[in-house]
Amino acid sequence: MRVVIAEDLALLRDGLTRLLQAFDFEVVAAVDNGPALLPALVEHRPDVAVVDVRLPPTFTDEGLQAAIEARTRMPGLPVLVLSQHVEQLYARELLADRSGAIGYLLKDRVSNVGQFVDAVRRVATGGTVMDPEVIAELLANRSGAEPLHALTAREREVLGLMAEGRSNAAIAGRLFVTEKAVSKHINSIFSKLGMPPSEDDNRRVLAVLAYLNA
Amino acid sequence: MDPATSTRPPPHRLRRRLVQGGEGLLLAVLSVSANIVLLVLSVLSLGFTVLGVGLLAFPAVTAVVRHVAGLNRRIAGRWTGREVPSPYRPAPERTTVWARYRWVVTDPATWRDLLWLLTSIPVGLVLGLLPVCLVVYGLEGLLGVPVLLWALDAWYGYGAVWPADTLGKALLALPQGALILLFGGVVGELIHRTHAGFIRALLAPTRAAALHRRVRQLTESRSEAVDAQAAELRRIERDLHDGAQARLVALSMSIGLAEELMSRDPAAARRLMAEAREASGQALGELRDLVRGIHPPVLAERGLAGAIRALALKLPLPVEVDVELPGRPLAPVESAVYFTAAELLANVAKHSSARNAWVRLRHGDGRLVMVVGDDGAGGADPAGGTGLRGIERRLAAFDGTMFVASPPGGPTTVTMELPCELSSPKTSPCSGTD
Repeated sequence: MRVVIAEDLALLRDGLTRLLQAFDFEVVAAVDNGPALLPALVEHRPDVAVVDVRLPPTFTDEGLQAAIEARTRMPGLPVLVLSQHVEQLYARELLADRSGAIGYLLKDRVSNVGQFVDAVRRVATGGTVMDPEVIAELLANRSGAEPLHALTAREREVLGLMAEGRSNAAIAGRLFVTEKAVSKHINSIFSKLGMPPSEDDNRRVLAVLAYLNA
Repeated sequence: MDPATSTRPPPHRLRRRLVQGGEGLLLAVLSVSANIVLLVLSVLSLGFTVLGVGLLAFPAVTAVVRHVAGLNRRIAGRWTGREVPSPYRPAPERTTVWARYRWVVTDPATWRDLLWLLTSIPVGLVLGLLPVCLVVYGLEGLLGVPVLLWALDAWYGYGAVWPADTLGKALLALPQGALILLFGGVVGELIHRTHAGFIRALLAPTRAAALHRRVRQLTESRSEAVDAQAAELRRIERDLHDGAQARLVALSMSIGLAEELMSRDPAAARRLMAEAREASGQALGELRDLVRGIHPPVLAERGLAGAIRALALKLPLPVEVDVELPGRPLAPVESAVYFTAAELLANVAKHSSARNAWVRLRHGDGRLVMVVGDDGAGGADPAGGTGLRGIERRLAAFDGTMFVASPPGGPTTVTMELPCELSSPKTSPCSGTD
């Protein structure tokens, strides 16, 4: 898989490159500032981009803006955004085009190499991966909110794990239930959130979106 | 008018004029009743100081005088739309009879109050009554024609026509009344302004007194700001020392040990490495919290509008955020406003049991105005909560003020205001690094 990396700190950029190369990714470009990111993405059309939120020259949310801009130019371009902190606000902005293939993780998650690489792969294949911190915040505050109050506690748990980008098998493993039970829960979530059973792939994204917007 | 500073629509012009007239009348009545009595009492109690009674009586009379003067200041402030500040020195800490007497007698404002009492008797009477008299006399001209007709050929007249002994002369009252009424309407405002100017001249602080006040205020707020800053630095030092620093030491120990064990006991080394990774995650979490407490990253990245929106998203109730700023304030001001919003919203979530809340932030006339409101139970009291007091201190360092309106039963609105200039968005400096 071909990856473009955008990270301004050389230490982290090299670390990310080495890490991904060790797991058979091909790092086609590694840029260290915002303005260079968009051309790199347009030129290489990678399978996934790993982007730091804060980049030179403004050191604000240059990376996030570049990622959003890149996705309007190349719809569905898989982008995994890394940040020293996570904000619901940014998660919503990333998901605003409702097309998935988005990841938003704390930089710390890199330290759990296996899970991190797994997350990169899931985003590259069109999945949606939200940081557990964003999810936890949502769970703490929004459980009483409108579209979600119809869900049972278990269904909410499943939706949370789904938002973290886990597969049915992984969710089953986490909750100590069978995969069949998980898919039953997921179907019930879809019907409670009013999502028709046709476009199966996107429904996971839409459910996560409903969750974020609740 | 700047939308941020107008909390209610301006009252109707006529109503405003009527209220002004009423207030002028009130001041006129006070000037010939309360003011005369207070002047006499002041002079008497001052005179009786030699007998000792005045030591108690004069401060007591002065307290009442200050109340009446305060009423005059408030009314004059309303007439001109510009507050008339109160000039008195702060009360002494020791409350002995002698201390209170000294406090009152040595304050030049006390003597200016007495001068005002004396002069207000004629000035307040005339200026207070004149607008009302003009209007009433004008109305008499317009409505009193039947009386004039009935009194034809007798002792009664109106305006310049005395006596009105023919029908023609009586009817002259109509245009005269209209003219006087019109004149009263035009001149009334001017008279009230003059009256307010008179009150301001004697009851507002003199230049020297205003400077004194300002210096005292600045000294206080500076020492509070310095204290707060020192306390903040101590907190950061402690948090780093006991938290992240200690964790990193433990982390490097674990890694070192794992290095040793690698060849002898790979399984144990692997366990140690897993522990080390967990410890590094905790250290990062602590550092993140610390950074958020010093300067929230989202504030650096998005400015006040984004940061307050991010705050609102974390609240368990819907918060409507309405921020319109043409540029960014200086970093310290921005940070103070952000933490104020954070504290106020946290209060809303914790205490108000509100169902909806809103934040409004505007800039105009060199002032930043933020209003945080909710539809909750009300009853918030700055005197009771340490949080609100902390906000006041934080704002005081920037000459900012906070006003809490929170009647029992709600709703609560907190208005924060501080002077500040905005930088143009293009020249906003980069703040911090990642």
